[in-house]
Amino acid sequence: MMPVLADPRPRLSADPAANTPPIYLDNQSTTRVDPRVLEAMLPYFTEHYGNPHSTSHPYGRIAAEAIEKARGEVAALIHADPREVVFTSGATEANNLAIKGAAHFARAHPHSGQVRDHILTLQTEHKCVLESCGELEREGFSVTYLPVEADGLVSLAALEGALSERTLLVSVMAAHNEIGVIQPLAGIGALCRSRGALFHTDAAQAFGKIPLDVEAMKIDLLSISGHKIYGPKGVGALYIRRRPRVRLLPLIDGGGQERGLRSGTLPTPLCIGLGRAAAIAGAEMAEEAQRLRRLRDGLLRNLTRRVARLRVNGDLEQRLPGSLNLSFPEIPALTLIEAVPSVAISTGSACTSASVEPSYVLRALGLPDALANASIRIGLGRFTTAAEADFAADALAAAASRLTGQGDIPT
Amino acid sequence: MSASIMCGGAVRRTVPQAESYLDWNATAPLRPAAAAAISQALARWGNPSSVHRRGRAARQTIERAREAVAALVGHADPSAVIFVSGGTEANHLALLGSGRERVFVSAVEHDSVRHAVPAAQVVPVGPDGTVNLDALDRLLAGDRRPAVVSVMYANNETGVLQPVAEIAAITRRHGALFHCDAVQAAGKLSLEAELIGADLVTLSAHKIGGPPGVGALVMTREIDLAPLLRGGGQEYRRRAGTENLPGIAGFGAAAAGAAEEITVYDRVAALRDRLETEIAVIAPDAVVLGTAAPRLPNTSAIAMPGIAAETQVIALDLDGVMVSAGAACSSGKVGPSHVLAAMRIDPEIAASTIRVSLGWSSDEAEIAHFLRAWATLYRRRRGVAERARAA
Repeated sequence: MMPVLADPRPRLSADPAANTPPIYLDNQSTTRVDPRVLEAMLPYFTEHYGNPHSTSHPYGRIAAEAIEKARGEVAALIHADPREVVFTSGATEANNLAIKGAAHFARAHPHSGQVRDHILTLQTEHKCVLESCGELEREGFSVTYLPVEADGLVSLAALEGALSERTLLVSVMAAHNEIGVIQPLAGIGALCRSRGALFHTDAAQAFGKIPLDVEAMKIDLLSISGHKIYGPKGVGALYIRRRPRVRLLPLIDGGGQERGLRSGTLPTPLCIGLGRAAAIAGAEMAEEAQRLRRLRDGLLRNLTRRVARLRVNGDLEQRLPGSLNLSFPEIPALTLIEAVPSVAISTGSACTSASVEPSYVLRALGLPDALANASIRIGLGRFTTAAEADFAADALAAAASRLTGQGDIPT
Repeated sequence: MSASIMCGGAVRRTVPQAESYLDWNATAPLRPAAAAAISQALARWGNPSSVHRRGRAARQTIERAREAVAALVGHADPSAVIFVSGGTEANHLALLGSGRERVFVSAVEHDSVRHAVPAAQVVPVGPDGTVNLDALDRLLAGDRRPAVVSVMYANNETGVLQPVAEIAAITRRHGALFHCDAVQAAGKLSLEAELIGADLVTLSAHKIGGPPGVGALVMTREIDLAPLLRGGGQEYRRRAGTENLPGIAGFGAAAAGAAEEITVYDRVAALRDRLETEIAVIAPDAVVLGTAAPRLPNTSAIAMPGIAAETQVIALDLDGVMVSAGAACSSGKVGPSHVLAAMRIDPEIAASTIRVSLGWSSDEAEIAHFLRAWATLYRRRRGVAERARAA
């Protein structure tokens, strides 16, 4: 009973038709656990299986100490204090906790003379942010869903205009899961601070990939996911500012773990995995970003040359290094995806990728439905090789020309 | 890379001194089959919601685990299983999601139930630790608004089992929902959701040899449950968030293993009973709590009068014996146990009660180790007391 893990890197077969795993270009959806992360986690599944809250014996203490180290690694990547990091079951929970927790605390502890019952967010936020806001709306909070510009970025002037004395919280995604654009976080943070509103950012896609600094960017709440940064699924974290203190009501109460903000036995191996993943991402960020940007730009050049009227959705500069969202005019995305089984890509957010509705994100960018339905998302990652990126570009270009019957654009 | 999850046996090598882990109600070691399933899931990563084949493979892994977890509670329909991050979240989803105006929880529930709905009414228990059924009946009869009743199957501190079938009958008669936190009972007793008669059942993976960070709420019939975590449409729109794929795979394997090896607990019960018999021989003034009601086969709540539980836990720990002074989540904080208080146990006895909990690999040697350490502490303390009296 000693299961050995397979080689983590998908290999590029000389014969793409062979039954090999497809090239994985869906790294926004989830990522492969880095072998170094896995190695760090394994002992905490087995030898060190103690309940980290059973501090009366060494099994528990070993687990508790390792968790605190991991908390420090997560905090370091965003220039936070470890005490400002609360582990959760993932970014969805972190987003729910940040938004609903802040709103519920404000309602339960009204400031004399000043009611804050307004939430400001973007139309392009992740479903879990939009639905958390929707729940608050049904509870009587007012929510503004601000549109974005055609490039996917929020206009700071529009944001400032929508802020009011009653604005409690502004929630803006750091880097977008579908289109990859990076919002002007420091600008948003400064605006929020000057108006006394809390600034929450869903950094599930950005954490570990671009530099984030909660001090410089004046971020009050920041959501983190493990499985988007080559860490495990089932774990995430919420950064909660201590100075000035941000107060939340917990979503999940009980044993009082995580300073009462998130009860439940902490999953030690998962927390260790998130910590290690954060440390690796931090150490390798600059170099890896450069490598991915090069691969991505190469892939885009290759496709632009060969696919007529190819369109990039979202700003090309303010963008995650490995991320692309492309429209192939007149080719329905699902048809294109089916035509390249050797490449694993998606139409957009995995949570909604089974739905046939056009992406609400692309609609918010002003894309007509026909074009939104002809869009795919490409996510290059740590294990993507140059050969794979080239192969994917070839496969996509060939499929596109087959499907439009126009033939490859001569180069 | 050749990383592999090592199973069993590994514990003893890491620590020089002889060690006896008797804190299984806090968490249990990972089953080899669960380790294998986690390894496999980690190797075949993918987002279960993705349409491509990697996503579809991940989806399959989850659906297989769902079947195993449904089977653990004797439920045929896997779609009854909602995977969540653990027992605490499952309890919250049950009580908050059911949206019932009135919430009743027993006085001995885990904090994750007691704190889920601050306005919940408390159903008292008798001195034996079981729910006062007449009181429950009266509470439900007093008001016709929709209600949900939450009573655990087995108590984490004392092991006392609740008369769940009777509770189910009462709640059904009043049209109330019955939620049963079966976190401690699962894997130790044969669990038939139909027999429990519960509408909602909470399970946790890491108490049955699965990994921490995953649990389930099993809905034995269709209930309109509002999600606690909103976002993507995962788990039949009842729990948003990318599924914890390796965790769920490990949970499934652990559930299958636990169901298969349930008879191990006959042996564990015999060990536990021997432990309690020996305690009575060593210390006639020691008290084992909760014995008036049916109990889990693995749990002993033992009071050594006159010595604070925390002191006992530390002394036993120094001898390599790991037990706890109550629930793990609160074992860092000092305070009387609400469970023992609800049973009207003398506060001094309650303050000197430790929890000893066994598991499938517990053996004679560990029990003997515990008894040696416990007897040493007992005799030393009694000697001190007698010398003090003589002086």
